[in-house]
Order: sequence, then C-alpha cells, then structure tokens
Amino acid sequence: MNSLSLNRLPLWPFYLALLLVYPLLVYPEDVLFRLTEISMGMQLTYIFIYAILALGLNVVVGYTGLLHLGIAAFFGIGAYITGILTVPAYPFQFGFLAVLVLSTAGAALLGVLLGAPTLRLRGDYLAIVTLGFGEVTRFTLRNLEEITAGTRGLNPVPPPTLPAALVGPLGWLGIQPDWSLDYRLFYYLALGLLLLVIVLLRNLERSRLGRAWVAIREDELAATCMGINAARVKLSAFALGCGLAGMAGCLYATTLTSTAGPDAFDFNRSMIMLCCVILGGLGSLRGTLLGVFLLIGFDNVAAPILDGLIQSANINPSGSQLLTFSNWKLMIFGLALVLMMRFRPEGLLPSRQIAAELDPSRLPRLGAGSSHR
Amino acid sequence: MTSPLLLAAADASGPWETFLQYALIGLTNGALFALIALGYTMVYGIIELINFAHGDVFMLGAFLALALIGALGLEDADPGMLCLTIGMLLLVVPIFCAILNMAIDRVVYKPLRRAPKLAPLVSAIGVSFVLMNVGLLWGGAADRHFPDLVSRQNLLGETAGLSFTVKDLMVVAITVPIMIALTLFVKMTRLGKAMRATAQDPVAAQLMGINVDRVIGATFALGGALAGAAAVIYGLYINTVSYQMGFQNGLYAFTAAVLGGIGNIPGAVLGGLVIGLARSFGSGYVGERWTSALVFVILIAILVFRPSGLLGSRTREKV
Repeated sequence: MNSLSLNRLPLWPFYLALLLVYPLLVYPEDVLFRLTEISMGMQLTYIFIYAILALGLNVVVGYTGLLHLGIAAFFGIGAYITGILTVPAYPFQFGFLAVLVLSTAGAALLGVLLGAPTLRLRGDYLAIVTLGFGEVTRFTLRNLEEITAGTRGLNPVPPPTLPAALVGPLGWLGIQPDWSLDYRLFYYLALGLLLLVIVLLRNLERSRLGRAWVAIREDELAATCMGINAARVKLSAFALGCGLAGMAGCLYATTLTSTAGPDAFDFNRSMIMLCCVILGGLGSLRGTLLGVFLLIGFDNVAAPILDGLIQSANINPSGSQLLTFSNWKLMIFGLALVLMMRFRPEGLLPSRQIAAELDPSRLPRLGAGSSHR
Repeated sequence: MTSPLLLAAADASGPWETFLQYALIGLTNGALFALIALGYTMVYGIIELINFAHGDVFMLGAFLALALIGALGLEDADPGMLCLTIGMLLLVVPIFCAILNMAIDRVVYKPLRRAPKLAPLVSAIGVSFVLMNVGLLWGGAADRHFPDLVSRQNLLGETAGLSFTVKDLMVVAITVPIMIALTLFVKMTRLGKAMRATAQDPVAAQLMGINVDRVIGATFALGGALAGAAAVIYGLYINTVSYQMGFQNGLYAFTAAVLGGIGNIPGAVLGGLVIGLARSFGSGYVGERWTSALVFVILIAILVFRPSGLLGSRTREKV
C-alpha cells in the first residue's frame, strides 16, 4: 500500500471495491460453489480473519524482527476468551463489542506477561520460548477440561446483535439480518475490522513507535544508542501483535460459532501464518496481505478443489496416498519457505528497507554481509 | 513414550520402589533424548543454527529401520540373529541419516551462511516440513508398530520389585559407548580439534588452514549419525513410530540441549538425563497428560533465568 512512492495509479481502491461488491453480486454462491461446494464468500471471510492474525504477526516478526513461533496460541487465547464470555454454559453472556475488546486486551496482556521476561533473549532463544509457550497453551487448553471443554471446544458462540439502524439499509442491499442465514454479515464484519487494522498499522508504521520498531530490527545496539528504550519498544510490538492475534481469534470463534478444539491453534497454524508473512514480504503490509491470500487461499480453496478434481477424474482408483493432493501440503509449504529464503528472502512484495538489508550490495557502506546480522 | 512408563510403574510395589522405578525409566529415556540432543548441540555450537530438521532426520531413520526389518524378514530372529540385526541397523541407519543431514546442509544451509540469522532458521523449519511430508507419504498418517524384537525379561528377576529389562539394558549398552566414543572423538582426533576450533572462531580456524566447510559438513554427518542410532534404539524401545515423532522428540531433545548449555557436549547428555527424569517423574506424580507442558515450562524457565544452561558458560552475543 505504498501508494505515495508509486508513479502509477494505486490499485488498492480497485481491490477494495471488488471485495465490497463481490458478495452483493454473487449470491448465494458463484459458479465455483456449484462445482465444488466451496463457498468463496465464506472462505474470504476466513482469509480476512487470518489476514488480521498475519498482520499482528507481521508487527512482531516483520517490523521488529523478533521471531515469534507461537502466534497461534494468542489466536487461540482470543478465541477461548470469546468462548468463555459468550457461550450459554457460562453466566457471562457479554455482547460482541465487549468481547472483541476483552479478547484483544486479554491476548495483549498475556503477550506482555510472556514478553516482559523473555524479550531480552537473543533471537533464536526467543523463537524457542514462543514455540514452547504455544505448546504449553495448547496442552493447557486441552487438559483444563472443566473450563475449556477439552478437545470439543466451547460452543455455541452466539453471533453479534445487529444495531437496529443497520437492518433497514442491509435489507435494501438484499442482506438478511440473520447471522446464521446470511454469511455476508460476517464477511462485512471481518472485512471492516481488517480495514480498520490496516489503517491503524499504516499510520503506526510511519509514527515514532513504528520507526523505533524498524530501528530495533535493523540494529538493536545502534537503536539503543540513539535513545530508544529497546525493552519498551519491543514489548509494545509484542503486545500489539498478540493483541491483534487475540482479536482475530475472537472473530474466528464468532464466525465459526465455536472455539474449535485446541488443535486448531497448534504449531502448524503458527507456521502457516509465518509462511504467509515471509512469502509476502516481512515488514510489508501489502506483502502480508498477498501472502495470506495466496497461502490460506491455497490451503482452504485450491487444495480441496484439486483433491476433488483428482477424485472425480478417477486417476486414483487404489486410493493411493501419493495421489491425494492434501498429503503434499506440508511439502509445498516447506519448499516455499526454503526456496524463498534462498532466492527471494525479501518476499514477493517486499518492504524497501528489508530488501536493502537482505541484499548487501544495496548497502553502500555496510557491505560485509556476515557482520551485519 | 507412554506404555513402558505405565507398565513399569504398575509393576513396582512400595513408594520407594516406585520412585526408583521412575528414576530408572527416566534415565533410560533420558539417554535416548541425550543422543538426539547431541546432534542439536553440535550443529548449534558450530554454526549457531537451531536445526529444526534434526528431529525429522531422526524420524526418517526410524522409518528406514522399520522398512529394513520388514524387507529382510527379521521380525522373528533368534538371539544370535537379533544381535546381528541390531548391529546391521546401527550401521545402515546412521549412515543414511548422516548422508541425509550432510546433504541438507550442503543444499539448503550452506548457501545461507552469510545471510541474516533468520534465513537459515526459517529454512530449517521448511526442511522439517518437507521431511515430515516425506515421512507421511512413506509411513502413512497413522502410528506404525515397530517390531518388538528385544525381550522384556526383567534382569533383576521376575519377582523383584524393580524392573530393569533387557530392553532397558540395550538402550544403556548402546547409548553410553556412543557418547564416550563421541567425547573421545571430539577431544582426541584431528577432526574433533578442528570442530572445536571452528566452533570457537570460524575465521581464525580458516586462517589456521582448517577447511571450515568440510568441518561443518562433518559435524552435520556426525549429528545425523547420532540421530540415526537414536532412531534405531527408539524404534526397538518404544515400538511405535509415526511421521510426527520427529517434531515432538526433537523438541524434547532440543530442550535437553538448551538445558545443558547449548553447544556443550557433556551438557547435552546431562540435559537429556534431566529431561528424561522430569518426564518420568512428571507422568508418575503429576499426571501423564501434563508431562509435555511440564517439559516446555522447564524450557522457558531455563531460557529466562539461565539462558546459558546448566553447564554452559555465559557468553555475550557477538555484535
């Protein structure tokens, strides 16, 4: 979204308009749905949610350069806070807005609690601590059955209440004011929150704090010498990243009407989000969005369609593992990571600073690659 | 690693014997973790890379052992044949894992030696995914049974309150000599000396005429071979293999390496034993389902309060 530096027409208003209009034009479902029974509108909703999660991760890993391998835990914490505060089994029954705020704040708080003692650790140790925390969270969610209902997850999470003022205009657009009947309400809710997050991050990126994050990533020692309080700046990145993850978790639980089981928030989820950010371009808003769109789209839409095609083409009568496309997913994610690191470490749509850092030839004076870590 | 623990715990009688039994199980399992941990610690010591793929090399080794036993029809060998089988497995599987690990270094990590630190780490995660997928396609998604070749006969007599089986003995009889041999290798040989020099300062080592790339390759090979040996023992001891076992056991082993002080060879062994004991006592006295969480809590606590580990010396990060 670096439209200021581009000489050409910015494209994002076009994409935005497309996303806004798409569900109005193609409803209930498009050609794809009739062929494959995969609802693009619903999948796009999940893509928006994962985009919020990935943008949160991007604050920690992309801007600030702290490798976070447990983002899914905070996603899960957001989902479970939402679950506990809304499901009928508990006496709380909070409204959606309150839950959204509390999930975000709760995840951010836990992020701070984890970050405060650990952020002084060197990069790879921090990665392991976050990974360990992610696993501990998953085991805890699974084992505290009295609170979290174990592997079944908490449900049903009720949908938000629509403000009465919105019912009229929605009806005029042809949208039914019932969350369980019309996915488009979730679609616009997720899209709206995503846009809000994008605007927030775009402004933060250029603020004093955003520049401090990048300074820490580039060279912590130099940044500290310039008077940046490294501990506080890192902690704020951690809090914001984890908070956004919690917010995404709240949206996820609300859209799914369940918190899903603890295994939805495992290490693989964290890794897929990290793949999204790395594929798109660390520290780049546009890149992260593209990464989410490509990878989650591949995971949720393209892979099942390909599986269906293989099945319907009947080239796999013996049911061989090798011919089921989903069985190759890990391989594809893994190769994507390896190849990206080797040939395009700055990502598909890189931020200019990262590109310069990774290609020493663009750094006129600090060219001694190995010393610049 | 559940079944042997629970079985043995049920055998023991008094509280004191139960305690000893847990300690014994913990040490045996710990020796296994230590063997995997050595691979992590050696690679980290030399190029400061957490080799996430290490656990998956171990997993593929176990699948190879399984395939070899199946292909050669060794499921029901007599005792003499059994020793030969184990010997053969302990030769073939480590060689396979060594070559695999070295090849990974050559193809994936070597081009990234001068890249920012994040790059090889992310690549290692990628390689881990790829290997896990290979394991999935090779062995299937479900747990696989590994032939139970070694007898569970109690060496302390069938009526004793404690149990120390032939199986347990096998683990100790294989891991301990390997660790001693490794220590001697690193201390006494030319290559071992070159490894220590490279770990200390790669540039200075290169100036002294050491072929650093070859030393790094040898380190990966050695680490892979240890993982291969561990894979054979794991299969024979635990009798269940799955494509996900690399990730899980890799994390435990990594925890062990960090606990002992990463980059420190005796530390990895000590760390492995401590993790084995923690898991064993954890499942005995806290509850089976909390053991994994317990190990990770230990990991986090160590990293926060004593990042250099039990035996590691405090080092400042190079700027």
